[in-house]
Amino acid sequence: MSNRIIHWFKFASPQSFYPLAGKMIPWFWALTAVFGAIGLWISFFVAPTDAVQGEGYRIIFIHVPASWMSMFIYMVMAAWAGLGLALNTRLSGMMAQALAPTGALMAFISLWTGAFWGKPMWGTWWVWDARLTSELILFFLYIGFIALQAAIDDPRRADKAGAILALVGVVNVPIIYFSVKWWNTLHQGASVSMMKSPSMAQTMLWGMLIMALCFWMYSIAVALMRVRAIILERETHTEWVKELPEVKQ
Amino acid sequence: MSAFLAIIRRDLLLAMRRKSEVLTALFFFIIVVSLFPLGIGPEPQLLKKIAPGILWVAALLSTMLSLNRLFATDHADGTLEQLVLSPTPLGLLVAGKIVAHWLTSGLPLVLLAPVLGVQFDLDASALGILVGALLLGTPLLSLIGAIGAALTLGVRGGGVLLSLLVLPLYVPALIFGAGAVEAHISGLGATGHLSLLAALLALAAFFAPWATTAALRVSLE
Amino acid sequence: MNWNSPAEFFAMGGYALYVWGSFVVCAVIMVMEPMLAKMRQKTILRALHRERLAQELDKQ
Repeated sequence: MSNRIIHWFKFASPQSFYPLAGKMIPWFWALTAVFGAIGLWISFFVAPTDAVQGEGYRIIFIHVPASWMSMFIYMVMAAWAGLGLALNTRLSGMMAQALAPTGALMAFISLWTGAFWGKPMWGTWWVWDARLTSELILFFLYIGFIALQAAIDDPRRADKAGAILALVGVVNVPIIYFSVKWWNTLHQGASVSMMKSPSMAQTMLWGMLIMALCFWMYSIAVALMRVRAIILERETHTEWVKELPEVKQ
Repeated sequence: MSAFLAIIRRDLLLAMRRKSEVLTALFFFIIVVSLFPLGIGPEPQLLKKIAPGILWVAALLSTMLSLNRLFATDHADGTLEQLVLSPTPLGLLVAGKIVAHWLTSGLPLVLLAPVLGVQFDLDASALGILVGALLLGTPLLSLIGAIGAALTLGVRGGGVLLSLLVLPLYVPALIFGAGAVEAHISGLGATGHLSLLAALLALAAFFAPWATTAALRVSLE
Repeated sequence: MNWNSPAEFFAMGGYALYVWGSFVVCAVIMVMEPMLAKMRQKTILRALHRERLAQELDKQ
C-alpha cells in the first residue's frame, strides 16, 4: 500500500516537473476554452444593455478579470519566489520567473481596457482614478522584477534578488494602493469611479467571475509553457535534459 | 552601539573627503527644481500650487542619484566584504551606513528646500510643514533606496535599473509628503499626512535594514 | 438575446471602437503570448539538439 502514497516533493525537482507540466498544459487550455466560451456568451448575449453606459460597459468583462489576475499573479509570483528563497529550491525561482511576464501583460490589458473604457465614458484616454493609478504602479513593479532578473547573469542570484524585490513589492502593494486612494479622494472633486454601478446585475457579476476563471486557467497554461522553456534553458548541462526524446530525435 | 557610531563616523569622513559627490547631488536638486518653472511657465499662482510636488519629485530624483554611493564604492575596494565578515551584526552596520547616507544626502535637501520654496512663493507656515515632511520623508527614501542599492550591486545598467526598482516604492512617500504641504495650504491640516509618513518611516526603519542585509548577502555570495 | 442582427452586434451601440479595441487587443495578446512561449521552447530545443549532434561528432 505504501506505493499508493504520492510523494509530492518528487515534483519539486525540475526533472520530474517538466513532464508533469507538459501533461497538464492541454487540460488548462481546455478549461480556458470552456470558461472563455461561457464567459463571452454571457458578456455579449446574456448581460443586458446598461441603462447609462449602453454597450460600452461590456469592456468590464475583460478589464476586471485582467486587474484581478494581475494582482493575483503578483502575489503567487512573490509566494513562489519567497518559497525558493526559504527552501533554496531552483524550481520555485523558475516558476516566479515564468509568471512575471504573464502578470505584466495582465496589468497591461487592464490599463489598455481601462483607457478604452474611460474614453467614451469620461472623455479622456486616461483617468487618474485610484485603481487605474495603482494598476500602473503594479505594472512598473512587474517591469522592475523582470528587468532585475534580466540584468543579473547568475540565475541563482537572479532568483534570490528577484525574490527579495517581489517580497518587498508585495508588502508595498497595499501601502501604495492605500496612499493612491487617499491621494485620489482628496484631489478629485467629482470622484470618477470605474465601478460606479450601485447594484450590478447578477448576470454581469457571473460574466466577470467566469471570465476571471478563464483568465486564470489561461495564465496557468501560459506560465507552465514558459516554465518548461526556462527549465530547459537553465538545466542544459544535466543528463536528464540530454536524454529527453525531444532533444534526441 | 560603538560599531554603529563608528561606521557612521567613517562614512561621514569619506563623504567629506569626496565633497564633490555630495555637492553634485545637491546642485542636481537645485537645477531640477528650477527646470519646472522653465518648462511650465512663470505664472505665480500655478507655481505656488505645484511647488510641493516639484520639490518632492526633485528630492526623490536627487536621492536616487546619491544611492549608488551607499555600497558601490565599498564594494569596489573590498571593504564591503570585510563588513559582511565582521562579527558585528550586518544589520547594525547597514543601518549605520543608511544613517550616514541620509546625513549627507537627505538632510542637506531638508535644509535647502525652504530656500527653494521661497522661489515658489510658499509662505512661512507652508515652508515649515515642507521641512517637517521632508525631515520624515528623506530618511524613508534612504531606507527604501538602500534595499534597491543592495539588490543592484555590481549589476549592469545599475543606476537606471535602481531607479526603475525604487521609484514605484517611493510613491507613498511622495503622496503623503507633498500632500501634507497641500493639505496645510488648503486649510485641511497636515497632521494626517505627517502621521502616516511617520508610520511609514517607523515601518521602514524596522524592515529595510533587514531586507537590505539579505539583499547584500545575495549580491555578494 | 440582445442583438437583432450581426450588424448591430458589430456596431455595439456606437461603442464599436472601444469595445472591439479592447477585446481584439486582449485576444491578440492571449494568442501572441503562448506563441512566444512556444518559440522560446523551440529555440532552446534546437540549441540542445545542435549541442548533442556536436558531442556525437566529437566522439567519433
